[in-house]
Amino acid sequence: MSKFDSPAGINPLDQEKVLARPHARKEGPLKVTGQATYAYEYSADPDLQGTTYGYLVGAGVARGQVTSVDCSVAEAMPGVLLVLTHENMPAQGASDTPVPQEDDATPQMRSAEVDYYHQAVAFVVAETFEQARAAAGALVIEYDNRTAEGDYVLAEVMEDAEKAGSDEESKDQQVGDFAGAFRRADVQLDVTYTTPYQSHAMLEPHASLAVWDEAGEELTLYTSNQMVHWVHRGISKTLNVPQKNIRIVSRYIGGGFGSKLMFYGDAVLSAVAARTLGRPVKCALTRPQIFNHTSHRPATVQRIRFGADGDGRIHAIGHDSYSGNLPGGSAETASHQTKLLYAGENRLVRQRLSELHLPPGGSMRAPGEAVGMLALECAVDELAEKLEMDPIELRVLNDIGYDPEKGPERPFSSRRLADCLRRGAEEFGWEQRSAQPGERRDGEWLIGLGVASAFRGNLVKPSSATLRLEKGGKITVETQMTDIGTGSYTILGQTAAEMLGLTLDDVEVRLGDSEFPKSSGSGGSWGANSAGTGVYYAAEELRKKIAKAAGYDPKKAVFKDGEVWEDNKCTLLGVVAAKAPEPLEATVNATFGDLNKQYAQASFGAHFCEVGVHRVTGEIRVRRMLSVAAAGRIFNPVTARSQCLGGMTMGVGAALMEELHVDGELGLFINHDMAEYHVPVHADIPDLDVIFLEELDDKSSPLKGKGVGELGICGVGAAVANAIYNASGVRIRDYPLTVDKILAGWASRSGSQGR
Amino acid sequence: MKAFEYVRAEDAAQAPGLLAEGGKYLAGGTNLLDLMKLQIEAPAQLVDLNRSGLAEITETEEGGLKIGALVRNTDLAAHPRVRQEYAVLSRAILAGASGQIRNRATTGGNLLQRTRCPYFYDTNLPCNKREPGTGCGALAGFSRPLAVIGTSEHCIANYPGDMAVALRVLDATIQTLKADGSRREIPIGDFHRLPGDTPHIDTVLESGELITSVTLPPPLGGQHIYLKARDRQSYAFALVSVAAVVTDSGARVAFGGVAPKPWRVESAEARWNEGAQAVTDAAFKDARPTAQNAFKLDLAQRLVQAVMNETQSAGTPEGGAA
Repeated sequence: MSKFDSPAGINPLDQEKVLARPHARKEGPLKVTGQATYAYEYSADPDLQGTTYGYLVGAGVARGQVTSVDCSVAEAMPGVLLVLTHENMPAQGASDTPVPQEDDATPQMRSAEVDYYHQAVAFVVAETFEQARAAAGALVIEYDNRTAEGDYVLAEVMEDAEKAGSDEESKDQQVGDFAGAFRRADVQLDVTYTTPYQSHAMLEPHASLAVWDEAGEELTLYTSNQMVHWVHRGISKTLNVPQKNIRIVSRYIGGGFGSKLMFYGDAVLSAVAARTLGRPVKCALTRPQIFNHTSHRPATVQRIRFGADGDGRIHAIGHDSYSGNLPGGSAETASHQTKLLYAGENRLVRQRLSELHLPPGGSMRAPGEAVGMLALECAVDELAEKLEMDPIELRVLNDIGYDPEKGPERPFSSRRLADCLRRGAEEFGWEQRSAQPGERRDGEWLIGLGVASAFRGNLVKPSSATLRLEKGGKITVETQMTDIGTGSYTILGQTAAEMLGLTLDDVEVRLGDSEFPKSSGSGGSWGANSAGTGVYYAAEELRKKIAKAAGYDPKKAVFKDGEVWEDNKCTLLGVVAAKAPEPLEATVNATFGDLNKQYAQASFGAHFCEVGVHRVTGEIRVRRMLSVAAAGRIFNPVTARSQCLGGMTMGVGAALMEELHVDGELGLFINHDMAEYHVPVHADIPDLDVIFLEELDDKSSPLKGKGVGELGICGVGAAVANAIYNASGVRIRDYPLTVDKILAGWASRSGSQGR
Repeated sequence: MKAFEYVRAEDAAQAPGLLAEGGKYLAGGTNLLDLMKLQIEAPAQLVDLNRSGLAEITETEEGGLKIGALVRNTDLAAHPRVRQEYAVLSRAILAGASGQIRNRATTGGNLLQRTRCPYFYDTNLPCNKREPGTGCGALAGFSRPLAVIGTSEHCIANYPGDMAVALRVLDATIQTLKADGSRREIPIGDFHRLPGDTPHIDTVLESGELITSVTLPPPLGGQHIYLKARDRQSYAFALVSVAAVVTDSGARVAFGGVAPKPWRVESAEARWNEGAQAVTDAAFKDARPTAQNAFKLDLAQRLVQAVMNETQSAGTPEGGAA
């Protein structure tokens, strides 16, 4: 047990021989040659011979009750082995909400009740996928359809909204006298923005493969999940099987973005069916199922109010966020960043939750900030225009080095927001921007520039790891940590290599298996920092053991070039390993003290965007983008850059096209396939660039880094929206910013514009 | 997907004789196979045309082109004479789908592409086109991408493709072979049906009737333009598209994304010199948009304006006032 509870001093990671250097991802060759096994792809193991195929059947109504399921035709079809419905499901752990849980019981088909569209109502298992799918199509399911009783439109239920919860995040921030300060302010802004439902739309669908031992007592579940220890506990609770009898394997994950923090029908029903049949069962959700059966990012309505003096100093900030979810579901914390981002001695920040009967909402890349910044950073742009100030100057003027609620006694651990804005302005050519919209032209295109701040709270979680010195002098790292495409394999390898004076090739990293020590998992951008800290402390411990085994004083031992040194004596690690009577290894659980209470911790950045808006048709094209980020030590500039590029791309999607459309009568997300749920394609994404500012945050972790994976998306869409306003003169407060809204904006001011 | 019988036609003339009750022809399969997997289409039999010939582009005696029904979209768009003399067709094809899909998709099959209306795509939901008599979910639901004209109270689905919109301005004709061995020619304007009270019938093709080729009249000359406004820049269906051929003697213009068929109104073309609004006012005179898709009328006018600007290249109205 090692606890990080005081700022990190100088440590071996500061050598930066391996860490903070660009490395291609370790598992890259496996992925591009098809050798990386995703959950659905395991087959070589003898236990997996005779694997069968499960096909989930989702409810065809949004609310009601299954009154009958006629399986007779399906069960007689070729290859069909089993049809599960609520009628023949074994007992499961109970849950008082239909919302899938992260680490608690999430029963499937627990009753005849249908709580949301595409909630599982049947599961068909057959010898082949095609047989299972055909039989699923032959089920005759009757409902008592009570869809009309449900609420599916946020705007219609907002009035009944309640406080989102009792945790710290949900607490209202009330500082000073917001109402009075707002009323007295020289310049007021009071605007309401809306953001739509979004889908994670990751490449790999949710998929699971379940195999039991012959006695039906021990389960191995290969599943695509970001959090091994959560799904481990959750499956145990759901199936009523002790955790020690369950092994979770999640070695490679084709994207998650928060959707795979939880587990769904593919995992639970594959496990139940495999036990019933005594044969392995695998199931991948189909693409149309993912949009309604799994989670999504909730829509928000956000009211933002600023009161400023004529010089641009903000004295009153108000941010109210409204969202909805099924009973027991959580709120989208869209106003959270507003507690910390800008100065202002009078503050009112609230989030409210209403009950809705759409499918369950959950976390999606940078929950809270990703949509909160879409609204807040456009509102700042609007305030700048009212003040006739440059939007960068306004942001810098209201920059603040400490938690505005708690005061100077709670400073930020590190905060280079102003530097990011200034550096970006210089690199991007911000001086080309005209404050007056619609002034710049390039042929048929109106050109506009936009900027937004980037902010993402920095989180850390306990994480443990085992490091072992292998016979040849190489190191093996083992932890439950996952790699969702972010670079965990590489970064943890770099951390271990740096600590032990090795190269990255000398370290084997094994992840995503519940047999290994429990880790932070991947979520909330905490993964690299937290899991890295686990590896750091385990490496510290292993260094001591190696030094002792070599006969050196652990306090004086230096690790470099594959050797351990004391003064002018040295021994190859391979020699130490060969001579050790038993394997040298260390397992340490890293925990974190209250430094994140003493210090406000967040990553910062600035996004810049240039767009063209076609002066006749209103079509929008992003022309170039730049992100500048300060996120502590950048452990690997290659994978961190990829994270930011991905975030920028997703931010363009949020700004311009991503929207799950609600059918308010039928109660579902209607555009539930990748043809109609639009995410950006190559043609939408122009030249992107990323700059990392140098920063070491010694209050965050011994690695001195901060989260970066979600910072990349926070604020991007607002920079796009601000650029669109600068180009077209149309301020759209309803995301996504599609061509019809540009045209509506032009139509509403025609005559007055008269260009 | 339901089990089906698979038969391969070795030549086109033989194909109609092979087709059984409830059977369908299989060409590129880019639309049909997707629909079969979702059980929206459930043919009892597929007659595979991929080895039946029909994959040639030849010159007609009149100086036009005869395009075999099995010519792939990629090959058609890349054909030198198409690129030079029927550029609107090449541009329309390249504005659609993806390179991989265009490699498979065929000329005949693309004409038969079914709607992308989301209610059509979910077998739980009401849709008169998929299952007559169940109602239209889109009318009171999500209609933003759907048709604004030519619709009925039973269906507001649109024809989603690009190629056919260009074929419409080029006045292509479609050659078919019927089950009884007779042949006929169908002008492209008559090929797709409006929904009326039988929205499940997309075209005038009879049961077992096979498209063998598509013929283009001699080249028109002039400027060929295809503009496609959509929610992302590739791999998205048109919100509105415009195919235009502008010559010294006049303009032809057809619209995609707005109707159950490529939408061309010849009397609207006659008003080309009166400006974009005159053209679209005439072309969309009887439009019945929903609140969600009324923007398509404005967008169509603006796309026509953009075509005019491109062809005239001087003295053009601006966005805010257009």
